[in-house]
Amino acid sequence: MTGIRKSFPGVRALDGVTLDVLAGEVHALVGENGAGKSTLMKILAGAQPADEGSIAIDGNVVAVDNPKAAELLGIGMIYQEFNLVPDLGVIENIVLGVEPRRGIFLDRKAAVARASQVLADLAIVLPLDRPARRLTVAQQQLTEIAKCLTRRARLIVMDEPTAALSEPEIDALFALIAKLKAQGVAFIYISHRLEELPRIADRITVLRDGRAIETHATADLTQDDIVRLMVGRPLDSHFPELPPVAADAPVTLSVRGLAGNGSVAVHGVDFDLRAGEIVGLAGLVGAGRTDIVRAIAGADVQIAGTVTLDGHALHVQSPADAIHAGIVLIPEDRKAQGLVLGMSVRENTTLAHLADFVRRGAIDRAAETAATNQQITELRVRTPSSEQTVRNLSGGNQQKVVLAKWLVGKARVLLFDEPTRGIDVGAKAEIYALMVELVRHGASIVMVSSELPEVLGMSHRVLVVRGGTIAATLARDEATPQRVIAIAAGAAA
Amino acid sequence: MSVEAKATLEEHAVVAAGTRRRKGAVRAAGFAAGFVVLVVAVNLLSHGHFLTAGNITNVLRQITVNAIMAVGQTFVIITAGIDLSVGSIVGLAGVVAALVANSLQLANPLTFAITLLAALAVGCIAGYVNAVPVVRLNLPPFITTLAMMQVARGLAYILSHGQPVPLQNSAAFDWLGTGALGDGIGGFAGLPYQVIVMAIVALAFAVILGRTAYGRYVLALGGNEEAARLAGINTRRVKTLVYVISGGCAAIGGLLLMARFASGSPQSGTGYELQCIAAVVVGGTSLMGGRGTIVGTFFGALLIGVLNNVMNLLNIESYTQQIVLGVVILLAVVLDELRKRYLARQ
Repeated sequence: MTGIRKSFPGVRALDGVTLDVLAGEVHALVGENGAGKSTLMKILAGAQPADEGSIAIDGNVVAVDNPKAAELLGIGMIYQEFNLVPDLGVIENIVLGVEPRRGIFLDRKAAVARASQVLADLAIVLPLDRPARRLTVAQQQLTEIAKCLTRRARLIVMDEPTAALSEPEIDALFALIAKLKAQGVAFIYISHRLEELPRIADRITVLRDGRAIETHATADLTQDDIVRLMVGRPLDSHFPELPPVAADAPVTLSVRGLAGNGSVAVHGVDFDLRAGEIVGLAGLVGAGRTDIVRAIAGADVQIAGTVTLDGHALHVQSPADAIHAGIVLIPEDRKAQGLVLGMSVRENTTLAHLADFVRRGAIDRAAETAATNQQITELRVRTPSSEQTVRNLSGGNQQKVVLAKWLVGKARVLLFDEPTRGIDVGAKAEIYALMVELVRHGASIVMVSSELPEVLGMSHRVLVVRGGTIAATLARDEATPQRVIAIAAGAAA
Repeated sequence: MSVEAKATLEEHAVVAAGTRRRKGAVRAAGFAAGFVVLVVAVNLLSHGHFLTAGNITNVLRQITVNAIMAVGQTFVIITAGIDLSVGSIVGLAGVVAALVANSLQLANPLTFAITLLAALAVGCIAGYVNAVPVVRLNLPPFITTLAMMQVARGLAYILSHGQPVPLQNSAAFDWLGTGALGDGIGGFAGLPYQVIVMAIVALAFAVILGRTAYGRYVLALGGNEEAARLAGINTRRVKTLVYVISGGCAAIGGLLLMARFASGSPQSGTGYELQCIAAVVVGGTSLMGGRGTIVGTFFGALLIGVLNNVMNLLNIESYTQQIVLGVVILLAVVLDELRKRYLARQ
């Protein structure tokens, strides 16, 4: 891959990345969240087009316009979220899309033969007729690998393959990769687990801010080197000054032994949040940061632990309970979770506090419009009017509408989940300024962010999340990028 | 922001609201113009039989039950759900109403009131039962209401022993069944009470959908259920209530039919579920949820009623009528989709 560039509205995701992979090599790709790894791999797999740049195989420039083309070129892709059809058996999944046929009928015998051949070559044992949904994660992964090999893949991309595997399963996977390497199959291996790279990778490329920073043989790099290359930049200075938290500031929110049933099971979460304080939750994707704030906000079910607000224990069983108590969640995906896109700015702004706008049973539209216009003014939402459909606003302005929804009420604790994801620099600065304004007036904030500079620049304290719980608490001056990444990746305590 | 900026913003808001109102007005005007053209054409074709007070009253009376059912169905469809059980609820509520009325030895108004409550209870309970698996287990409403469609119809047959239940004392219901407000004044036949009931139901639910917090929650839930839940809306309660409303409206329809025929028939309402869904969809409510109005639904029901009436006046045989209706339903949705695409491109 040479000179790959890719931009999304407002974001340059890839800025001239060049990557080469040798036959029979395991090439590790590492980088912070948002460094561009996934985008690069989607381009290689034909799932997204590149704006610029070329891909060559064996020296010949090829067009990878769609996933089928990638498959025919021998590029196999194993995403972190597997692409198996849950109700089809192992065989059917392996031959999906390349089913052997006899006339118009499926030739099951040939399918079994072909799949069994691939599995036998690798000495893999799988329950061939079991539907994918009942396989273990490791078995699903093996099915994915077999699927790639059935299509004669010469390059297999694996995204975080060990994230959900136990130690013995990881050993088995690495042995299998070694076997395939010997047969000349190349791998691009994406991982956050720096400690496993020496065991598996031949070379390592570090990606940062959409650029391939450096490529080295694994033996030439220590974990510290890798972390340094991943972070590699001074903290951006566009963060506003945080007002200091008074030494005697009361504890607003207290969380003890919290466990939740979100997509990542969180457990044993303990922390305190003081009035006027911003606490940042750092960690890798899938560590459980989002799930912690969702549990506090009642978006997921709290299965254990206590949440105390201003000294009163809360019984939060739904978002409504949390909101009523004064805890609000600004969710990570504003389109799917934060907004009703087909409704107007006004209707979205008042949605969470609509009862306050009801006069004699009917909604008072004039009051709604007045409150909305006040928020539009204060947050500088760029919209033609309060009647504009939210779908038609830019990402930054949509995010401001999500905030407006919560500022209409008087929230005590605001849980920001990725507050600046996918919005431009100007809108980011405005949101930071707003957060400062909120804490200045005595509110408290928990912020989840995948952007390390943002966590470090906008938090009084940083909690590093790993494996569904808080692995470390760092004061602002202790929270160096190296330390946070090392803890998040499990390379240090 | 400065005072001027704020003033500008408010101006913007006024202008935008004006534009929206104007757009709405243009749309309504277009609709009305189309309707006038249709009516005139139809009137000419029918040699003046269409535009008579008697015939118009007739059309309104014919659409009453479908329109009332469609009002309730609109709420369900806005949440991206569907209620297939309403036709059977019409039958069951009618049978129950007739049985209850026959069992009472009371003054007429009291008999009527108790019968009304009984019918409403039947519809609301059926709607509640529809909703429970939908909100608790996230089952598709297509299935739960399909099951209720079978169960309610079966119950209607069991309770009535398979025979229509004639009213023994129809005096308590005659006014609602066949009576009209202002009957005989100035030689007109008056406005049927059934039509008045339809107007009250449609108006009441138009206000609920358009002006109350509950209506806003229904629209928000249909537009994005997760965002609505995270905004603290009790989405389960909101969703449960739409099925209760739909069942209740169907029960009113059942009561009206029972009153009209002075008899509760277990067969009545068969196939009505699809007619009322057609009225809702023709009225511009999105099956994907999040968008819809009661006014639109009323016009949808009216359009279907007018077409039926006209085709009868023109002596078009019923087989052909079915084809025409099918084409009109498809056309209405296609036109709506094209309009949306046109607006999206602007």
